[in-house]
Amino acid sequence: MIVAERKNVRELLAMVEGYNRILMVGCKGCVTVCNAGGKKEVAILSAALRLARRKQGNPITIDEMTLDRQCEPEFITWLEESLNKNNYEAVISLACSIGPQYIAEAFEDLPVYPGLNTSFMGGTAQHGIWEEYCAACGDCRIHNFGGLCPVTRCAKNMMNGPCGGSEDGMCEVNKEQPCIWEKIYMRMKNLDTVESIREIRDAKDWSTSLSGGPRKIIREDLTL
Amino acid sequence: MNEETQLQKTLSEGDFAITCELTPPRGVETNEILRIAEGLKGKVHGINVNDNPNSNVRISSLAFSKLLLDSGLEPVLEQSTRDRNRIALQSDLLGAAALGIRNVLCMTGDHPSKGDHPEARKVFDLDSSQWIKAVARIRDQGLLMNGKKINGQPRFFIGGVANPFVKNLDLHILRLQNKVAAGADFIQTQPVFDTDSFQKWMNMVEEAGLLDRIPILAGVAALKSLKMAEYLRERVSGFNIPDPVMDRLKSVPEEDQQSEGIRICVEQIKSLRQIKGVKGIHIMSIGSEEKIPDILEQM
Repeated sequence: MIVAERKNVRELLAMVEGYNRILMVGCKGCVTVCNAGGKKEVAILSAALRLARRKQGNPITIDEMTLDRQCEPEFITWLEESLNKNNYEAVISLACSIGPQYIAEAFEDLPVYPGLNTSFMGGTAQHGIWEEYCAACGDCRIHNFGGLCPVTRCAKNMMNGPCGGSEDGMCEVNKEQPCIWEKIYMRMKNLDTVESIREIRDAKDWSTSLSGGPRKIIREDLTL
Repeated sequence: MNEETQLQKTLSEGDFAITCELTPPRGVETNEILRIAEGLKGKVHGINVNDNPNSNVRISSLAFSKLLLDSGLEPVLEQSTRDRNRIALQSDLLGAAALGIRNVLCMTGDHPSKGDHPEARKVFDLDSSQWIKAVARIRDQGLLMNGKKINGQPRFFIGGVANPFVKNLDLHILRLQNKVAAGADFIQTQPVFDTDSFQKWMNMVEEAGLLDRIPILAGVAALKSLKMAEYLRERVSGFNIPDPVMDRLKSVPEEDQQSEGIRICVEQIKSLRQIKGVKGIHIMSIGSEEKIPDILEQM
């Protein structure tokens, strides 16, 4: 899933400084799962902003709404009625950054603010702990590495790792983080494929990644 | 263009090779460092010019290598893949050949978060093994990474690096084999302060059948002070300084620590020369460039 983190209240207060009536929109997708931008988080954050503004002697009206998904324009159109009726001056989206961008593209004159920092694609290691596992390079090769991704999980993206900085088996960049190459090595040992580490993995073709520009997938069999 | 660089010739003739390292200055005043370099003339077979070491901005290794060349010294151009993609690396490499710089040390490099611009975007388009392979292909086949033919035939002497002081020796030896298979001609190691651990690594290098295939230049370094030793041990990867070395520095007054550091370094060189397969030494600078001639004199 996409893992995101809520921006801090001070930053959000600065964003909505000039507004008196806004809508905060959550998303029931990934950001609900990672406890950053679901219905509950919308309620908590909007209450915090209201309270802070009341303390400043400058109260703000914040209405709440949570869409099934914000990563599909169709769901975004559900905002239209509410926006027309209530004359909101701006919207804060608590989706990953796809949500606020779709809102911006759907409503030309409406200021939109991101309530989250979209962090990475990853999983829930345990309750309250999320880890990055995929860099969406567009050309998955993890089967060459015991099923683990060095492109994402090595700080230097080494296809032929580890680097010399992993001397104690931990990452040079973060000594709390085990070197992914140690894990790859152990996995490959268990799979009896460790000999293939001797093969030099060729330089990666990054054109399938964001390096090649923003990507688009068109499935002719699915398009209407 | 000579067929062999001085460093290459030394190693191919079986002589004990001596390289050292100079860190280009942060700034544009080069007189002082070139004066130090001048003092190394005739005493070393190559001078490594490091590439923004520890991810700190310095004069570029290519520019400084050319300054050394102009002063009649043989540079070993260090190129890290941290800051340059394959376009920039290959372009700099061809530039180096055009300038007459032919020893190239290929490394992945420290992560930018370790340096003086931690907010910088990393590159790491390639890793060290891939870059060694690419340099060897340019040299041996005259082909860029995209398969396009270049004009001329650059004669590079290609180095790689190794850290013998790692927990998982098996894995790191596999990586060393990669570098040799990729086309590395010589290896320089992280500085040795612990002969036993280094010997253990060398035994594994031998078992892996690499001793006859590639000359190994063992790294050494003269610790300037106890304070610096503590810093390096804590903060810089590759500096595995064991307690007995720390104790020796502690046992002398602060003003004598630098000479004690030099003594330790000289003793280290002497014991390294006894180890089978050590074909040379590489003296790292760590802020003591001006003391390199003293080390050379005493070793």
